[in-house]
Amino acid sequence: MNGYGGKILRIDLSSGHVRTEPVPEELARKFLGGRGFAAKLLYDELDPATEPFSPANMVVFAPGPLSGVFLPGSGKVTLASKSPATGGYGDSNMGGHMASELKYAGYDAVVITGAAAKPGYILIDDDRVEVRDAAKYWGRGAIESERMLLDDLGEDFRVATIGPAGEKLVRFACVSHDFGRQAGRTGIGAVLGSKKVKAIAVRGSKTIPLADPKGVLAKGREMFEACFSKPGFKEWTPYGTAGVTDWVNEVGAFPTRNFQTSFFDGHKEINGQRLKEKILITDKGCFGCPIPCGKYSRTKGFAGSGREKETIYVEGPEYETIALLGGNCGIRDIEDVAYLNHVCDELGLDTISGGNVAAFAIECYERGIIGRDKVGRELRFGDTGSVAYLLEQTARREGIGDVLADGVKAAAAKLGGGSERFAIHVKGLEVSGYEPRWAPAMMLSYMTADIGAHHNRSWAITHDVATGRDTLEGKVDKVIELQHTRPLFDLLGVCRLQWVEIGFDLRYYEEIFPLVTGWKYTWKDLLMASERVWNLTRAFNIKHIEGFGRSYDYPPARFSEEPVPDGPAKGKYIPREKLDSLLDEYYAKRGWSKDGRPTEAGLMRLGLDGVADDLARLGRL
Amino acid sequence: MKLRLVEDLCSGCRVCEMVCALHNRGEQNPKKSAIRIRGEFPVPGKYHILVCDQCGKCAEVCPTGAITRKDKAYVIDRDECTGCGLCVDVCDGKTMFTHTSEVAPIKCELCGECVRLCPRNAIVDLDGEIVAPK
Repeated sequence: MNGYGGKILRIDLSSGHVRTEPVPEELARKFLGGRGFAAKLLYDELDPATEPFSPANMVVFAPGPLSGVFLPGSGKVTLASKSPATGGYGDSNMGGHMASELKYAGYDAVVITGAAAKPGYILIDDDRVEVRDAAKYWGRGAIESERMLLDDLGEDFRVATIGPAGEKLVRFACVSHDFGRQAGRTGIGAVLGSKKVKAIAVRGSKTIPLADPKGVLAKGREMFEACFSKPGFKEWTPYGTAGVTDWVNEVGAFPTRNFQTSFFDGHKEINGQRLKEKILITDKGCFGCPIPCGKYSRTKGFAGSGREKETIYVEGPEYETIALLGGNCGIRDIEDVAYLNHVCDELGLDTISGGNVAAFAIECYERGIIGRDKVGRELRFGDTGSVAYLLEQTARREGIGDVLADGVKAAAAKLGGGSERFAIHVKGLEVSGYEPRWAPAMMLSYMTADIGAHHNRSWAITHDVATGRDTLEGKVDKVIELQHTRPLFDLLGVCRLQWVEIGFDLRYYEEIFPLVTGWKYTWKDLLMASERVWNLTRAFNIKHIEGFGRSYDYPPARFSEEPVPDGPAKGKYIPREKLDSLLDEYYAKRGWSKDGRPTEAGLMRLGLDGVADDLARLGRL
Repeated sequence: MKLRLVEDLCSGCRVCEMVCALHNRGEQNPKKSAIRIRGEFPVPGKYHILVCDQCGKCAEVCPTGAITRKDKAYVIDRDECTGCGLCVDVCDGKTMFTHTSEVAPIKCELCGECVRLCPRNAIVDLDGEIVAPK
């Protein structure tokens, strides 16, 4: 099949059995690849009774049909699993050089099931697949073990690892690759940890078949040249995602001190400008990317860390890390944010959830819900030592860290004392870097994202600012449009930032897709596949979580009850009746019931007949 | 054309590898390209660009005369090459690349595609025959 590696690789760690099967053309035609393959495989093969950390859970690595192909940003792989953070569908994507390498090795999906008896790593060298002993890497940092594996295997391997947090089953542990790219969200690192998989090393030497190689060469060249000619090519790239920090503050949407407010007066000390001036070493691009958002930096330990004289290397911090480890923890020094970024990276913690969890603990401490005796030290917003301490305790599940390691939702349930109010999450996934109290489209994006409160499904804050933030008019339509367009990139296995950040024209993807695959899909056909997957992951959650529906789609009470206390969004919040109005309109426009369930007619329209049958059988249609 | 490599500008995207193999060999496969990017991470955090500097040692040792100079580049006649590997062994820069499905090694023959496509201007033509600043 043109555009595809052609095979699904299945590794069962319990039995040690490895096998491959051809990618069914119908699967590819309907679900394209990447997130589409991952969602379909998880939906079909996971029993709803499966616990996230049971051996029966699966981890899927899936590049897409455009991954590894000559076009801008063709290096994104989706990782997916039943999420230990939410108990529902979980996925996260990462750049680097893993998506392309998997394709060159001939794989469109790697499905890992079972659990190994002792720590191992998976070696994929074209057709040779082995599970090898990982005793010497177990317990080591995520970055450290990537370096060790490259030293042992050779520089031409591409390696993904977990850190100590994944080994200790921290529910927001990430998967790390290429010294600083991460599949950060939904705790997939912990699922790998539960399977005793420290790493996956891949080397591929094969050619990806293309329907029209000359056509791809010509169109790919046109696409790269179109990127070069965009003003953002020169203006956006030097700062990457960090460049948005000032704007998010100006519009009153910057998470600050555990989302207590939405403006951080220290933002100019942690923005893209500061990053570039103070700590940047080099831009660091993912495979095929002409506008590298990756910023590789050099920092040192904060005062009192004992590492003040050390030179510490870290990729980042990128915007989300600046928002959650910076503003949300009250840290006002780019070097300290970079240091905390490094702490998370080595431990294998998602910086978004990590920043949320630390901020939650600090707010609980300041409000007297948890005391010094329980924490083991004083905690303060703005104190880098407090944050570093919490991250380290969490990754090792020591002291208060053992409670925090399950994420803010579970931690609040355990701590009680009203702490639920300070647990900032949707569906159990902590909120990413846009404070939505004066951004109804962004709010709805968080509420309805399949994996929980993550921005990448629909980054609607710019739409809120452009079209009016006090009106709900038009917001639902925009969110639905974005929820199809943005995840489509994850089905195709390419990065969306060329489009999002420098205004690269979407028509190019429609034009190159037939040259790669030979299939005459229109943009509408591609979007339909994305909508199909959106309904499929919703169905996954309904199937796997008892009682899943509307009640899971509300944001934390803080966002609907507490006016923003200061800054540009002062006084703003979105009350419950407005949230209900957004949800009613959203469900109606999606063709879902009032409780947020897809209907039989809707599922049939999308070619998800079997899903309709499943839900009917469960009485959940 | 003479290539100048500005490694400090390289961001490791490997567009050069992709276009090299697709343009010269018609294959979507960076392992068949004549240029390679190697990262050096986590310390010191930089990229190296590996590509032939046209020193000609390969032509000197080739027992079948398959490598000859054409204009400014040494090129391989793939029909004459027996795959003995002497040129690979003698190459100081380790820029004669091999692939398991190919008899002849793969080397840069100065087509200039990487100069045209490098988003970072990290590969430039000192002779100015290809001017492609971005």
